[in-house]
Amino acid sequence: MAANLKVENKTETAKKKMTGAEILIESLKRENVEVIFGYPGGAALPIYDALYGKSIKHILTRHEQGAIHAAEGYARVSGKPGVVLATSGPGATNLVTGIADAMLDSLPLVILTGQVGTNVIGTDAFQETDVISITMPITKHNYQVRDVKDMPRIVKEAFHIASTGRPGPVLIDIPKDIATSEAVFEYPETVHLPGYQPTIVPNQMQIKKVVAAIKKAKKPVILCGAGVIFAKAHEELRKFSEVTNIPVVSTLHGLGAMPYNHEQYVGMAGMHGIYAANMALYECDLLINIGSRFDDRLTGNLKHFAPKATVVHIDIDPAEIGKNVETHIPVVGDAKEALKALLNEIEQSFSFPEWNAHLKEYQKEYPLWYKQEGDELKPQKVIEIVHELTKGEAIVTTDVGQHQMWAAQYYGFKEPNLLVTSGGLGTMGFGVPAAIGAHMANPGRPCISIVGDAGFQMTNQELSIIKQYNLPIKIIIINNFSLGMVRQWQQLFYEERYSESLVPVQPDFVKLADAFGIEGVRIESPAEAEKVLKKVIESDGPVLVDCRVTADENVYPMIAPGSGSHEMIGVKPL
Amino acid sequence: MKRIISLTVNNRAGVMNRITGLFMKRQYNIESITVGHAETPDISRMTFVVNVECETKLEQVIKQLHKQIDVLKVQDITDQKIVARELALIKVMTQTPQTRGELFSLIEPFRATVVDVSTSSLTIEVTGNPDKIDALIELLRPFGIKELSRTGVTALTRGTQKLETETKPFSIIN
Repeated sequence: MAANLKVENKTETAKKKMTGAEILIESLKRENVEVIFGYPGGAALPIYDALYGKSIKHILTRHEQGAIHAAEGYARVSGKPGVVLATSGPGATNLVTGIADAMLDSLPLVILTGQVGTNVIGTDAFQETDVISITMPITKHNYQVRDVKDMPRIVKEAFHIASTGRPGPVLIDIPKDIATSEAVFEYPETVHLPGYQPTIVPNQMQIKKVVAAIKKAKKPVILCGAGVIFAKAHEELRKFSEVTNIPVVSTLHGLGAMPYNHEQYVGMAGMHGIYAANMALYECDLLINIGSRFDDRLTGNLKHFAPKATVVHIDIDPAEIGKNVETHIPVVGDAKEALKALLNEIEQSFSFPEWNAHLKEYQKEYPLWYKQEGDELKPQKVIEIVHELTKGEAIVTTDVGQHQMWAAQYYGFKEPNLLVTSGGLGTMGFGVPAAIGAHMANPGRPCISIVGDAGFQMTNQELSIIKQYNLPIKIIIINNFSLGMVRQWQQLFYEERYSESLVPVQPDFVKLADAFGIEGVRIESPAEAEKVLKKVIESDGPVLVDCRVTADENVYPMIAPGSGSHEMIGVKPL
Repeated sequence: MKRIISLTVNNRAGVMNRITGLFMKRQYNIESITVGHAETPDISRMTFVVNVECETKLEQVIKQLHKQIDVLKVQDITDQKIVARELALIKVMTQTPQTRGELFSLIEPFRATVVDVSTSSLTIEVTGNPDKIDALIELLRPFGIKELSRTGVTALTRGTQKLETETKPFSIIN
């Protein structure tokens, strides 16, 4: 009798009513959320109140865009969903760039936005925005909680959708009254989503076709995209390329899946990829794309893309297959599962000595190049030094533009999940806030944020966070007093008409760092760079380095817009 | 080419918005849409007529629709045995009593009915496949069509033929 009573009591407590906000926080705990990046406001007050004194860490960024980029950096490095919390109206709209960025780069995010009360939705209330409609095309899925009882299910589904299949951002909009109304908390164990059943294990028939194609091929090449990294399939990829002797070319987001110095690794392909990698794509007779979406910055003019190749496309998102490039052997599935299946199916070892030697010849003949002129500090040199000092093992975050391409070209990545960059959307201002999240996801790694002078000025308010939490992030500004990539295109394709791309007036970045309480240094020559960067990398705290580089340095080699991948310019010193 | 695409979707707020937004984003042309409840209460059936220029584009339409979490099933039913129906309401001018008589006999073979009469007009209701409705409209045009409203096509596959439910998992080239 007494025992029965006890059990009843227990159920009684378990069935205690909680507010929507409390249910939300409790649900986040069930999803093992360690950190939320966010910014409070009116409609989010109940949620912030429920967060007060709880074990989940909250990082108050200085702008909502900072919060979402930090969450992206966290997601990219940890592989777990990054969680963002903002209020309604301007809070939500300030997230839009980051949501679009995460959508294009397939980053798992769960975004929580406050909303005005359900009784005033649709009345243009204070700080009301139709965030569901705004974010519909830039989220993998979004929800508005209309009944507090749905909260646990929606949170569960959001985390499931964000982190499975092809990852992506999922937004949950929470009206203020839903956050304050009460319900019994019960967290579901499973999700029921009949309309969402990603294919993980590939069709064995298709795997057999791939192996048959390898048997026939003379010039096969593997294209490694972000999908390999998301699937944690880098080891399988390395093994596969070693067993089959097939050279590997990487996309920007695939960097690090193969160590930069691996025998089978050719290099990064694309608009500013190396010549050998682009020629490998052009000349190959079998192209095995694993987890890349054939972005236009990779392919160049599609007419000239892999013109002689049988195309294999392994992708977890079937909609990517055949979207840009005609595919002969489609394989829908997770990259790791596909590579495992391929490794199982292969009975022999392969060897393509001539083809590999041919590509090695290209690598030797057309390496990356830049000209050291006098005592000028070349941006490429800065990245090279950083690589040497960190041995290719640091987390590198970037903005978008010239410095991003130099970082991709010259920072040899030894491991996956080290490069955090805005590839698809090309978001300036991404680098510094992304570094905050990236560092928090893997604090044991050195974290270097390589940014341009222009992009840095878009989100530099987040230096406050770096100071507040004393994050040992090194910010390296590749300072050329211009919007470098815009300037380069104007020089090459707009007859040197530098329309609004030169920025002669800028703040003193060293003093700016000082204002935030962060150490700042300036370097202007290669000798200084060697000396100062060593100290910077070795220091325990955050440091900002203003690198005054050659202002009119261009990124080469390059596939000019409209050209094919075999028509690179600037492949040899000009 | 015109294709008829049948979807079953979760009957939730904003689903229509999701689908039309997707068509907008991917630049697909919608000729018509019909939506209504399906056989189970939480599910709606949508029938789209889309105009796509090639097979690749069609494949993309279907795959992109399939990617939506609220979309349960996507079928291109154009080449299957289907019943496709559209309803039209046509208001025609009737200046003289003779025209009225003429109209009554004219619409009869179409199994159309007169659903509203006023001193100067008649409203005709017709149901059928879009070609039949086109034909009737052309016949009525000389009388002076005052107003016209078409619902767009709704369709179901015939009998119990095997449904080609899921999207083709593979590219069209294979």
